Amino acid sequence: MTHFHALDQYQEGNSLVHRLDPRVKLVLTLAFVVAVTAVPHGVWVSLLLFLGTIAVIAALARVPPILIFRRSMIAIPFALAAITLVFTVDGTPLATLSVASRNVSITHQGTVAFASILTKSWLAVLAATVLATTTSFPDLVAAMRALRLPKVMVAIVSFMYRYIFIIADEALRLQRAREARSASPRSTAGGSLLWRTKILGGMIGSLFLRSYERSERIYSAMLSRGFDGTIRTMGAEKLRLSDLMISVTFIAYLLAVVALGTIYMEI
Amino acid sequence: MLMLEGPYSSRGDGSESGNPLQQAQGEAQPAIEVDALTFSYPDGRKALDGVSLTIREREKVALVGPNGAGKSTLLLHLNGILKGQGVVKIMGSEVGDGNLGLIRSQVGLVFQHPDDQLFSPTVLEDVAFGPLHMKLDEEEVRGRVKWALAQVGMAGFENRVSHHLSLGEKKRIAIATVLAMQPGILALDEPSGDLDPRARRGLIRLLRALPQTILVATHDMRLVKELLPRTVILDEGKVVVDGSTEELLEHTELLEKHGLEAP
Ligand SMILES: Nc1ncnc2c1ncn2[C@@H]1O[C@H](COP(=O)(O)OP(=O)(O)OP(=O)(O)O)[C@@H](O)[C@H]1O
Ligand SMILES: [Mg+2]
Repeated sequence: MTHFHALDQYQEGNSLVHRLDPRVKLVLTLAFVVAVTAVPHGVWVSLLLFLGTIAVIAALARVPPILIFRRSMIAIPFALAAITLVFTVDGTPLATLSVASRNVSITHQGTVAFASILTKSWLAVLAATVLATTTSFPDLVAAMRALRLPKVMVAIVSFMYRYIFIIADEALRLQRAREARSASPRSTAGGSLLWRTKILGGMIGSLFLRSYERSERIYSAMLSRGFDGTIRTMGAEKLRLSDLMISVTFIAYLLAVVALGTIYMEI
Repeated sequence: MLMLEGPYSSRGDGSESGNPLQQAQGEAQPAIEVDALTFSYPDGRKALDGVSLTIREREKVALVGPNGAGKSTLLLHLNGILKGQGVVKIMGSEVGDGNLGLIRSQVGLVFQHPDDQLFSPTVLEDVAFGPLHMKLDEEEVRGRVKWALAQVGMAGFENRVSHHLSLGEKKRIAIATVLAMQPGILALDEPSGDLDPRARRGLIRLLRALPQTILVATHDMRLVKELLPRTVILDEGKVVVDGSTEELLEHTELLEKHGLEAP
């Protein structure tokens, strides 16, 4: 049967990056995002260095850059929301447009701010993509747990990962059943719009009901194995010294790049 | 994958030993006692209607009957997930609010759909769930996970992601999740449904080798014939037949009356 695989970004591998402790990877990815955010607008040297960093890590992990690139595009539409900065930040006008008999200026500062935000968001998503591509989801969940994120939150993420495929498979089945029924020779392909809308409503309802019933069965299964409201999991392994060294080195590097950017701004 | 020769003979830490094929003798203690159990779902549907049943230690019993007869509902009473009117005793003690933890470690309930039973991302986390919630220490938990997976012929599957397993593998691991708790009683709901013939054979061999008291709710009369010497027929929430499988299978008209078929 066809499975739904959108969440399975993980690509099996045995590279240095794959073998790095998931906790370290999670923390370093967050540190990377913070560092990228800390670079002042328009300091392209630092941002370029960060892009190079991602490229080096992707190469070390032996994941095709094109794959990472394609996956990272997903967030661009959201970052485009910052486009208004081009008009709203005060500064040297580059061009003036006349919109509905009012003059709007595109400023240099605004353009720089917008381009910086776009680049920074993209870098952040790139980092997250590399993380998701080189770390399996169960490992990520375990890392969140080890880093003491609230247990309930981690449990929700874990259940989401476990059941999103199953619910999506259920949706696929329902959809196929709909297609099978819409094959009447006289109607247009897929049935009339009204008919399809009705069926879609029914599908959403039945999907919700099934998920709700499933959650009750899962809860019974948890109770049956002694669950009493407290989530118990196995403790994490000790961090290897080499992983610790890599973390320290990488964070020092991030700080250096941010510092470089800040100094660059002041000159 | 489902080559089954061998693995069940492997012994783990301190589990029950003895000849697994040995059947209950007259003097065995009752493991499950159900007396005049009646239960209605909140919507008013009466699912159990005065069920009484005693199963002795090490007995292997089939619970059969048409769809909606109340089989699953009865299994959910054995470890206190559902509570009806009447008495349910496990190893001599009545199931009640005070001893649910103990009862649930004694009755291993395996749900019909492994996707409900396997709710963790990886096999290791799922099999460890029961032992961890019995508050065992971690070393013991790891030992039990390894042992339970070996019991069902799935050694080395610890780090597999549940979603990517085949149905036969999931069913076996679902059984391992309760074996790891080393319960004295296993209650399985429709364990052979949707299995291909080879996986089904593997399951029968696995259950036959287990030393536990076993109650299986099923529609699979071949499984009943091969594995379970005693059969209880439930229909509309009532026990209508309780006796030897061999004799029952002779009475085809009785089987047909309750929506069953001789294999
Ligand atoms: N959660 C529920 N709410 C309301 N009624 C229910 C619920 N679960 C089961 N029932 C009803 O209780 C009766 C017994 O159901 P049960 O699932 O125990 O039957 P079963 O013997 O296991 O059937 P099957 O062979 O189909 O698994 C049925 O009429 C069913 O519709
Ligand atoms: Mg049932």
